Amino acid sequence: MSRLMLVARTLAALLFVSLAVHATPAGAQSFDDWVKKLASDNFSEKLEAAEKLGDLGDGRAVPALKALSDGQLYVRKADGAALIADGDRFFDAASGKGLGTLPADDVDKVRVNNRLRGVIAASLSKLSLFSTDRATRLAAAKAAFANPTPETAAALERALKSEKDPEVLAAIRFSLAAAQVNAGPVADRVKAIEALAGTADPQVRNLLASVRNNKDAPPEVLKAAETALSSIERQLALIGLVENVFQGISLGSVLLLAAVGLAITFGVMGVINMAHGEMIMLGAYTAYTVQLVCRALLPKELVGFYLVISLPVAFLVSGAVGVLLERGVIRFLYGRPLETMLATWGISLVLQQAVRSIFDAQNKEVANPDWMTGGFDLMGGFFVSWNRLYIIVFCFLMLGVMALVLRRTSFGLHMRAVTQNRDMAAAMGIPTARVDALTFGLGSGLAGMAGVALSQIGNVSPNLGQIYIVDSFLVVVFGGVGNLLGTLVASLSLGIINKILEPFAGAVLGKVAVLVFIILFIQWRPRGLFALKGRFVES
Amino acid sequence: MGKWTTWASASAVLAAVAGWTLGAAAQQPPIKVGVLHSLSGTMAISETTLKDTVLMMVDDINKKGGLLGRKVEAVVVDPASNWPLFAEKARELIQKEKVDVVFGCWTSVSRKSVLPVFEELNGLLFYPVQYEGEESSRNIFYTGAAPNQQAIPAVEYLMSKEGGEVKRWVLAGTDYVYPRTTNKILEAFLLAKGVKKEDIMINYTPFGHSDWQTIVADIKKFASAGKKTAVVSTINGDANVPFYKELANAGIKASDIPVVAFSVGEEELAGIDTKNLVGHLAAWNYFQSVKSPVNDAFIKQWHAFIKNPKRVTNDPMEATYIGFKMWTQAVQQAGTTNVDAVRQALIGQKVKAPSGMVSELTANHHITKPVLIGEIQANGQFEIVWQTKGPVKADAWSKYIPESAKLTADWTYPWVCGNCEKPKYSQ
Repeated sequence: MSRLMLVARTLAALLFVSLAVHATPAGAQSFDDWVKKLASDNFSEKLEAAEKLGDLGDGRAVPALKALSDGQLYVRKADGAALIADGDRFFDAASGKGLGTLPADDVDKVRVNNRLRGVIAASLSKLSLFSTDRATRLAAAKAAFANPTPETAAALERALKSEKDPEVLAAIRFSLAAAQVNAGPVADRVKAIEALAGTADPQVRNLLASVRNNKDAPPEVLKAAETALSSIERQLALIGLVENVFQGISLGSVLLLAAVGLAITFGVMGVINMAHGEMIMLGAYTAYTVQLVCRALLPKELVGFYLVISLPVAFLVSGAVGVLLERGVIRFLYGRPLETMLATWGISLVLQQAVRSIFDAQNKEVANPDWMTGGFDLMGGFFVSWNRLYIIVFCFLMLGVMALVLRRTSFGLHMRAVTQNRDMAAAMGIPTARVDALTFGLGSGLAGMAGVALSQIGNVSPNLGQIYIVDSFLVVVFGGVGNLLGTLVASLSLGIINKILEPFAGAVLGKVAVLVFIILFIQWRPRGLFALKGRFVES
Repeated sequence: MGKWTTWASASAVLAAVAGWTLGAAAQQPPIKVGVLHSLSGTMAISETTLKDTVLMMVDDINKKGGLLGRKVEAVVVDPASNWPLFAEKARELIQKEKVDVVFGCWTSVSRKSVLPVFEELNGLLFYPVQYEGEESSRNIFYTGAAPNQQAIPAVEYLMSKEGGEVKRWVLAGTDYVYPRTTNKILEAFLLAKGVKKEDIMINYTPFGHSDWQTIVADIKKFASAGKKTAVVSTINGDANVPFYKELANAGIKASDIPVVAFSVGEEELAGIDTKNLVGHLAAWNYFQSVKSPVNDAFIKQWHAFIKNPKRVTNDPMEATYIGFKMWTQAVQQAGTTNVDAVRQALIGQKVKAPSGMVSELTANHHITKPVLIGEIQANGQFEIVWQTKGPVKADAWSKYIPESAKLTADWTYPWVCGNCEKPKYSQ
């Protein structure tokens, strides 16, 4: 909050300088009144004040408006003055004068609702058009697009006169065009439409569609709108496809994360490990615990890095549980898939209930660090969020490291040797029991790391593992048991198929369709996409 | 003989001093209260809290000397989020444990699965969760909200000036009976209010849906049509966390597209970082942030019982509290725990609720309650932005669905029926 306040205050200071030129002399008296009205008890008065403060064009209003929108505006009970809170200190909203701390009984929080927030946002964007900070002006000019009213148009026209920066100018012209398409001389309207035509954005499309559907518009305007629309529709359809593919890759990366550990334990070792989901869950809970420790120990700026610390810790925790599991239970059941399945399923229930007893049944909050929050608009309403992007990158890194370990290290060599021909490997002096335990630990550890990543997009609850277990088996079976490349191709193609189907079929039917597809596919190729070949493949 | 008289007179003196309740409590068998909430499986996340709430109420009543001079004993079973098991456990509670009343169920499907058992064995069930309505059973008391006590007022609020004059609606829900029925009612209501069919988008997702990218992108596109858009969410359970995370990361702010949820309370928010969700809404009949003396006492009692001052209270807990109070009052009034007598006595019971108003149990086996709209705050609590002036009476049968508008639920003479078009005169 204090950082926000600082920005707001710097902004206000900057604006104040710029307003020395713009401010109207009559503004001084009424400005204070309007600010006081912001702290009124009555919503319609607050709305009026927020609107008026935007129209006044006095930048001193920015901190007060921001504070109200963020729920940091208070009213002094004694005289109804509006105060801005920063931690436990208060500032006068009109003058910005510091008032120090005040007793909690002397002040009341000013209530705000979404309608008021909307008006405040519009007012702030008008005020920000004249900021001395280029980025603020740019953002305001872009935001003005969403609010194509005559008042906005007037503010934009004023800003157009004083603006020097080419990029901001372009943004202002663009938003101005949006405000002009519906009224004014025909030539101006056609020009405005042509100015908008190059931009593939759903908002532009809807604006132009409303122009086209307006029966009273002159034929020139209608024609221009029609041409602009058809070119935008084409571009949007293409963007939509790219978006679907990206979302498919993103879903695929989540599937891959969940399945890569299983690709080792089930795919390479042949253990039907029903407790695989719980290894993911343990990883997520490790992230939660590490986050708690980091919050307690690290300075505020570094807390966001708890995620990086969690990764190795989760690998160790889940890996250790995996080794214990293998040594304690699974090694007695090799070659008996049914018993293994039942035993590991039982273990999964035990682990779930254990976590429920230790951490209780409630969902746990694992916060997205700042560097993973939000995202950016890549093009035409195609929004890429950071956490999805990081997860895609992380999942490919993990798979790459895995492939290296399997192919380039002696442990990888032993592992492959033991799984391909246990007796021969033992005869060559490889400690097969130890390799088994470590391999299982590796698969479980990978699941734990996946859990850390998955905690960023979903629930952290004792049932977390169950969400992923079916999908993980699906991916491994579809890709071909015992083949990392198959797991990669399978997860990505399942993700993309799912996301391309979803817009037409809906989430429920989409999932059904994917399952049916896999069943049919397995009928055709029982060993999956990439079947292992060779003497060691049993019958 | 001499010994007997001394003992009797001593006990009479004792009873005279301490009130006869205490003395007798030791001799008579306890009153048994069944608790039928999942303690494991998917629903454990929500239902364990309700089990604790019932235990807290039982503890409280025993501290005050019991009920009808008898101790109250809770019998806790675990139906493990498994719907058929709910029916088995209900049977076990009534037949084997011989409980006098049962508090339980969360999902509608679990309630539907135990309903025939309670009607067959003439048991008594208090169901504390907001639900889709379209039901009224002789043996079930619904202390959560019916759609007209939650969904309809929330939509009306969003349509109002204060709520932002929403013109376009996304009805997003999990694919099962509660969202399907609620959305059917809401759609009928919106169409009746003059909203066009193309301004309503309905979307269903499976239980535990975790990949919300497509749907959030669709909502964004749907909202870019220029009309004010809101999402009415009947998304249930674990799917909410990834949904809200995706919303926040897609940069959807409450001032652009508000989401009003019917299944997200304080307890569910505990698993989410709410910084980016400030301003999204929830409609309930109770929030922990309600300012009333009853609520202060309720929160204090909860923290003392659970020994953790950070645990939150929520709407279904309040509904459990009200149900339990109403049942104890009815038992005291009837002077017995006999199901038929208590059922009669329950209608008309009034309880000062933590919501700050008086709730009354009406003839359709539902209770009156106020409707509150709360905004999510950065600290995971709700700030109340709107509320009804007084408690609202529940409609067991929605008047917006033609076939149910004809039906009346009234368990007092001459109706004695949960789904009648005409009076029935006898059960």
